[in-house]
Amino acid sequence: MASEIRNYTLNFGPQHPAAHGVLRLVLELDGEVVERADPHIGLLHRATEKLAESKTYIQSLPYMDRLDYVSMMSNEHAYCMAIEKLLQLDVPVRAQYIRVMFDEITRILNHLMWIGAHGLDCGAMTIFLYAFREREDLMDVYEAVSGARMHAAYYRPGGVYRDLPDTMPQYQASKVRNAAAIRKLNENRQGSMLDFIEDFTNRFPTYVDEYETLLTDNRIWKQRTVGIGVLSPERAMALGLTGPMLRGSGVAWDLRKKQPYEVYDKLDFDIPVGVNGDCYDRYLVRMEEMRQSNRIIRQCVKWLRENPGPVITDNNKVAPPSRESMKTNMEDLIHHFKLFTEGMHVPEGEAYAAVEHPKGEFGIYMVSDGANKPYRLKIRAPGFAHLAALDEMARGHMLSDVVAIIGTQDIVFGEIDR
Amino acid sequence: MATLNTLMESLERVLGDKLASIKCALDEVTIEIKPADFIAAATLLRDHAELRFESCVDVCGVDYSAYKDSVWEGSRFAAVYHLNSYANNQRLRVRMFALDDDFPVVPTSVDIWPGNNWFEREAFDLYGIVFEGHPDLRRILTDYGFVGHPFRKDFPTSGYVEMRYDPEQGRVIYQPVTIDPREITPRIIREENYGGV
Repeated sequence: MASEIRNYTLNFGPQHPAAHGVLRLVLELDGEVVERADPHIGLLHRATEKLAESKTYIQSLPYMDRLDYVSMMSNEHAYCMAIEKLLQLDVPVRAQYIRVMFDEITRILNHLMWIGAHGLDCGAMTIFLYAFREREDLMDVYEAVSGARMHAAYYRPGGVYRDLPDTMPQYQASKVRNAAAIRKLNENRQGSMLDFIEDFTNRFPTYVDEYETLLTDNRIWKQRTVGIGVLSPERAMALGLTGPMLRGSGVAWDLRKKQPYEVYDKLDFDIPVGVNGDCYDRYLVRMEEMRQSNRIIRQCVKWLRENPGPVITDNNKVAPPSRESMKTNMEDLIHHFKLFTEGMHVPEGEAYAAVEHPKGEFGIYMVSDGANKPYRLKIRAPGFAHLAALDEMARGHMLSDVVAIIGTQDIVFGEIDR
Repeated sequence: MATLNTLMESLERVLGDKLASIKCALDEVTIEIKPADFIAAATLLRDHAELRFESCVDVCGVDYSAYKDSVWEGSRFAAVYHLNSYANNQRLRVRMFALDDDFPVVPTSVDIWPGNNWFEREAFDLYGIVFEGHPDLRRILTDYGFVGHPFRKDFPTSGYVEMRYDPEQGRVIYQPVTIDPREITPRIIREENYGGV
């Protein structure tokens, strides 16, 4: 009797630890082989796009951090770029370098989170601890520049909120650490924030080597990822996949190179691509991307050291005037008042701005009818298209491979459900 | 700019009378296509050697009924497609208005760009745009058993129902909302050249 029943429907998540948040997956199984995977999403739906329609442009900005909550500043970037496109606003070069630097810091943050979680999903415990050690340093950089470890709200239409700090915050003496330990912790925090970032970029390639020692030739890791979730380049393009998911299949497509924004065309970096389009190749692509991001950060640090300047536009219809001039100048006081009560007005029109987000192409489609609030805001989340392809990628694989495929897609529900 | 002009010329030549309108603004080309011509036009957009838009990046619904806070002339709902060509490194926006406002129907593009499956489900869920021929047009983002299409302009931001745990019945229940939507900053559209800008 038992041998006749072969088909199961399995409900995977939303509380499963490998479901990366709130994914509910209805799996139709034949024995242990997946016949159909039907992801049910929307459990984290907060209607960000609808909320943005009743808020001014600047009030919606912090919502962007909460979309893909492991790569916060990249989301803000696309949002600011869409507004700047509609306003046809120029961003100061220093602000562009700061944005590029933080985009790449964010990419490393995101990939570290991904490698930790993906490793855990496939049974590699140690990598998680390693990845989170480095994330801590980068979170400190986030905090130093914006005041928040995660939800920064640092990019603004027209530039960034403020210039980089001259000092890196240091650890304070406490009951649990003696003076010598504190001194050791603060060793690389003596100079400016740029010094701290530079010190990080000196250390980071060695760290990536450590991750690779743990995984790249690891037999278990290879058994779990090689030949799993294979996508041909044609299929990956047709399914609308972007970012490492597309490059893992061998398509050399990166918006930073193909449709450069900000100062990416002035920087020197390479785009890694995979060959086989399986989970292992996507892993290699992301590892190399971290090294390339490190390279970009180094170039940005060098440029930012040598070139002081404004970091936000001087157009006071968009960006607030300085506090000092606001208190002494009538015109600036009016600008300040109007900007913070009514907000900026964006000319009528529509624009689509996309950035090479750590996960793929993150785009903002904005329709403005000339009001102080967007008429329609559409967030194009890369993870949405990736998760839509899960059914095709998982079909014919074993149940345990579904976990590896979810891991390789780098699923974060904040951006999928929006 | 030169490449955008070439793109516009080839669009006009290839699509011919299937093109309802074409516009270039902010370095982006937008074309409009009527629902009846959509399948033929989309196939050309994907396969024609000069266009080759192999990938559809995004599909979204738009409800134009409250545009500029006045009465909107023309169809209310539109589906907007953002196409990307890897071969020619070009982008294109395609807008298709659904002819009937009470029951907006447009043809599906899943057979042309298979990645559009979920995007169309989302537009159906949030705007009620029906994609005719879609293989699996279910709700995607809203709750199981949700009533209405929440992103329409006449749907209040606070919704109609709220959910809470009822200790007497021992389960989660729906009840009418107890909060009012409030607008902290009013929505304002200024006239042209207001304040000299």
